[in-house]
Amino acid sequence: MSKRILAAALLLSVSVLPAYAAKTSLVVGMPIEPPGLDPTIAAPVAIREVTLANLYEGLVRIDRNGKVQPLLAKSWEISPDGLTYTFRLQEGVKFHDGTTFDSADVKFAFDRARDPKSTNAQKQIFAPIVSIETPDPATVVIKLKETSGNFLTYLGWGDAVIVASETAAGNAANPVGTGPFKFKSWTRGDRVELVKNPDYWQKDKTKLESVTFRFISDSQAQVAAVRAGDVDAFPNLAAPELFAEFQKDSRFKAVAGNTEGETVAGMNNAKKPFDDVRVRRALMHAIDRKALIEGAYSGFGTPIGSFFSPNNPAYVDTTNVIPYDPAKAKALLAEAGYGNGLSITIKSPQMAYASRSAELMAAMLSEVGVEMKIIPTEFPAKWIEEVFKNKDYDVTIVSHTEPLDIDIFARDSYYFNYKNDKFKALIADAAKTTDEKARFAKYAEAQKILAEDVPALFLFQLPKLGVWNAKLQGMWENSPIPINDVTEVSWTE
Amino acid sequence: MLRLIISRLVSLAITLLFVSLAIFLILEVLPGDPAAIMLGTAAREDTLAALRQEMGLDQPALIRYLEWVGGILYGDLGTSITYKMPVSTLVAERMNVTLPLSLLAILISTVLALPLGVAAAARRDGPVDRAVLVFSQLGVAVPNFWIGLLFILFFSTWLGWFPAGGFPGWGNGIGPALQALLLPALALALPQAAVLTRVTRSATLEVIGADFVRTARAKGVDRRSTLRRHVVPNALIPVTTILGLQLSFFFGGAILVENVFNLPGLGRLAYQALSQRDLVVIKDIVLIFSGLVIVVNFLVDIGYTILDPRLRSRT
Repeated sequence: MSKRILAAALLLSVSVLPAYAAKTSLVVGMPIEPPGLDPTIAAPVAIREVTLANLYEGLVRIDRNGKVQPLLAKSWEISPDGLTYTFRLQEGVKFHDGTTFDSADVKFAFDRARDPKSTNAQKQIFAPIVSIETPDPATVVIKLKETSGNFLTYLGWGDAVIVASETAAGNAANPVGTGPFKFKSWTRGDRVELVKNPDYWQKDKTKLESVTFRFISDSQAQVAAVRAGDVDAFPNLAAPELFAEFQKDSRFKAVAGNTEGETVAGMNNAKKPFDDVRVRRALMHAIDRKALIEGAYSGFGTPIGSFFSPNNPAYVDTTNVIPYDPAKAKALLAEAGYGNGLSITIKSPQMAYASRSAELMAAMLSEVGVEMKIIPTEFPAKWIEEVFKNKDYDVTIVSHTEPLDIDIFARDSYYFNYKNDKFKALIADAAKTTDEKARFAKYAEAQKILAEDVPALFLFQLPKLGVWNAKLQGMWENSPIPINDVTEVSWTE
Repeated sequence: MLRLIISRLVSLAITLLFVSLAIFLILEVLPGDPAAIMLGTAAREDTLAALRQEMGLDQPALIRYLEWVGGILYGDLGTSITYKMPVSTLVAERMNVTLPLSLLAILISTVLALPLGVAAAARRDGPVDRAVLVFSQLGVAVPNFWIGLLFILFFSTWLGWFPAGGFPGWGNGIGPALQALLLPALALALPQAAVLTRVTRSATLEVIGADFVRTARAKGVDRRSTLRRHVVPNALIPVTTILGLQLSFFFGGAILVENVFNLPGLGRLAYQALSQRDLVVIKDIVLIFSGLVIVVNFLVDIGYTILDPRLRSRT
């Protein structure tokens, strides 16, 4: 009898005790499932949003303010000419499979990324590298052929995480990194489960025992899952029209932050009439960015006048360079010879922000005598084929989510068909400038050139509409790079 | 019977061969470069070329077709471009959702439709008949994905009785898994149940009007027994035809319903693969769906011969 009572008491204490301790599991909702879990071989943002900082680590990390912080490299020195980087590595770091991390792994990971056969989506960040030397297991010396102002920032991106030679080939399905969480399982189409890495080199870095990423594409289903408590946090909700309700609900914290996604209506600058800067400026003058954001994204999102994220410290506000002014738009169109009207088309992807923006833009343009016909174009497949590769379009609209990607306007073969030698030289110069202040000044000038030349209609920065349980702390409000860093997240009760 | 089965199997194989060729040709002309989709808008041309080579996309079309079909004959469905996993593993995982979902929907649909249809026909223009007509009218008019959305709103968001979507996996017990499948199965089943109810009702009505039924009644067999012994078995023949056709609707409908309920089934995999242009996975899934439909029709044919003794004696 007494044994039974004891057993019952034990059972009771076991079942009751954990209820007093803070919760240690986290379920994060994401709109898109990653195709594979290796950020070094493919571009999709979703791969980084599951793995970066949680599973894999780079030499440095980008913190929630977009600043470079040490990670696997505890410190570094840059030679006065800016061509030699010497990294001192953390010691006692182990990969999830138990093997030791050292300088050879850094050399392997970067050599793999810059190999001619590599499919790294941001291969250009490794392009300046001439050699990688490993004088001892805790030191890496990287020599560049030309200075690279953003080199350290790049090393914090998902494309530059450190992977081990033994496991790299299988990382897409069975990821092995050095991060505070290790891979447990992937129920494809539904969820990825991570568990705490007990041997993590920064003891007590994270309070969470497990993190589950669930993939819910339908915006109504996302809202339902958050409300029902099936998901604790949805860092990037796809339902702006329902976001305001969460803001009023005290059970949730709802924060409208910024992503790195510049939403722009790119124009075919090589094609008539878009080869005429007066026409491009006229179209920009015809667009009321505030009203557009109101209609397309329920008022969330920051207007932009150029191609730079407001998250970035080098950002300058250029929204007043070509403000909303329909009268001026008409005058410019008349000057360019289109006083009697103009008929153009827009290839619009199916994403809600894009198709809604296209409709609103068509309405605004009709006010100044421009008839814009909307051609729905499936994204990504059809859009990449027709617009991106074949450049068979007048106007299109898409959000460019890569961070620090203003250089796409300096590329010759890019889909905008934009050619501006002054801009190109300036971007090349900025990329090589190691002095931060001087580099920022060059980026500011580049932003102003684009704002005046309008190779694309600059609309708004895609917001990051985050909703999470009010008892959660440590969630990121902005995403300075594509990432869902949950390593500092915990439950308050 | 054996000859029937063998000739059916041969035509099954030939149909599948044609289907495979059609799928391959359609995907050949479908716009979209899987390598560009994987590497995004910032990738350079040499990186794209490297990935295309890795994916085998630089091979001529004929070689790629023969490699695909040849692989299937050896039981190798290939490796997914996006997931970097054997397609057979992916499909097996997804079958764990789609097969139970479809079976559950068929069960619900049949269990609802047969008694309702027979009951409606038994008392024509009675209150049951009227109710059934309204139900079947509504069911035919409302699409399954919309029913699914309503269910989520009502049962998950308001009442909180069911999860709002997603699938916990069979590893966490049969209860939660079935709970996750019940609403989608209902959403999938209701429109088909409506069709099946109508067919059952009209088939039953037709048989009720037949001479042999009147004879049976005249011989003194009571109403209930006539219905059970003479009417229903005869009415089942057209109903089986429709049920066979509906099975392909269940697989097709699963694509929509699985997306609404966020279920990791074969339909959702097909949808994802299509948007990612994971050509290997699309080809395999379309072939599997076609195969399933062909096999089901084959089974329905066999089912006829069991239900209808006249067909049995002929072969």
